[in-house]
Amino acid sequence: MSYLQKSPWIIHYDASSCNGCDIEVLACLTPLYDVERFGILNTGNPKHADIFVITGGVNEINREVVKNIYEQMPHPKVVVAVGICACSGGVFKECYNISGGVATVIPVDVYVPGCAARPESIIDGIVQALKILEQKRIALKTTVEGTA
Amino acid sequence: MNPFLAAALFIILAPVVGVLITGLDRILTARMQGRVGPPVLQPWYDIRKLFQKKQVAVWGAQSFFIFCYLIFIIFTGALFFAGGDILLVIFAFTLGHVFLVLGAYVSYSPYAHIGAERELIQLMAVEPMIIIVAIGLYQVNDSFLVGDMINHPGLPILLLPGVFLGFIYILTFKLRKSPFDLATSHHAHQELVKGSTTEFSGFTLGMIELAHIYELVVMLGFIWLFFGNNLFLSAVAIVVIMVLEILVDNCTSRVRWQDAITSAWFVTLVAGAGNIFALSIM
Repeated sequence: MSYLQKSPWIIHYDASSCNGCDIEVLACLTPLYDVERFGILNTGNPKHADIFVITGGVNEINREVVKNIYEQMPHPKVVVAVGICACSGGVFKECYNISGGVATVIPVDVYVPGCAARPESIIDGIVQALKILEQKRIALKTTVEGTA
Repeated sequence: MNPFLAAALFIILAPVVGVLITGLDRILTARMQGRVGPPVLQPWYDIRKLFQKKQVAVWGAQSFFIFCYLIFIIFTGALFFAGGDILLVIFAFTLGHVFLVLGAYVSYSPYAHIGAERELIQLMAVEPMIIIVAIGLYQVNDSFLVGDMINHPGLPILLLPGVFLGFIYILTFKLRKSPFDLATSHHAHQELVKGSTTEFSGFTLGMIELAHIYELVVMLGFIWLFFGNNLFLSAVAIVVIMVLEILVDNCTSRVRWQDAITSAWFVTLVAGAGNIFALSIM
């Protein structure tokens, strides 16, 4: 297990979610689930983060914000879309101002479905993301600088 | 001990000791909040991970300043544990922090700028007390050399209770613990994102974390000076003070900078300067 997998730092962004999934993401930090056991920290700063946890279907106003946060994160990085709205737009998919899922704006690595996604499945999604993070680190080491 | 050997031992062993103390700190903090907490080596994993990440830097100069910060903090500690002049130790320590402030000022980020300003305010709050510590220890030992202070046969703390109290007060600033974690905090979601460290990433942030660990060992070394050659008592004091710091960190909220600086200067004036004055007329 590499050091990257032992110390994943997270940034969480609410892209027009109903706050249901956000509460569940925060529930992961509470004594019941305590994700700091796995070295997971909620940084609140894209430049320190390794995993971008995003909830909500992304509307036309905040799609630039989502892109901006993603681009500020240093490589290697992964994106976890939490909740059915972040996966596909959910019941809001046909709304006039909803992009219809995070994947319409930035590349998503792990989809965590659910309405709201349960803390267990969010933690499982992060653990899946760690494997992809490690693959990306190895890929980054072998590619020429600047092409990644 | 040979000063060069002592300095080399500090450079090698301080990260080990510092990581263990920081790791235990995080576990104890978690336990106080009813959580399990990370593994004890978690700070080490964090630093190694940061060294594996790519850098995002608007200006290359910030990495240079942070490198200087790390070098001067290591120099400070090496000088301290080699038994050097405590005044030089203090000024090298301050110079290290000035490099951190410069590094934070390099970017255009408003968060980093306010963080850097607060870092300067913290320096202003802390420096008078640290100089008083040096003066008090000189009055007791008749020497500014750390090498002479650690051979003091008695307990300097008995003559310097006020200075010790003042030092414990400003230690909270130096360890970046609540209520005085104005510039940057270990905890997420503060009003300044991450304050002075907001704009650093990857290798540069790793150097900052490493410097903080060296800094912690140097600050705890200062406690040792108050107990002369009594190693057992100084070890007990370091453990008790760290537990107290963690307790205070967990049950207080961040104060405004005005309160931080006035309270620090008040404690410095009453406890620190009062103690020095009493010693000089005795």
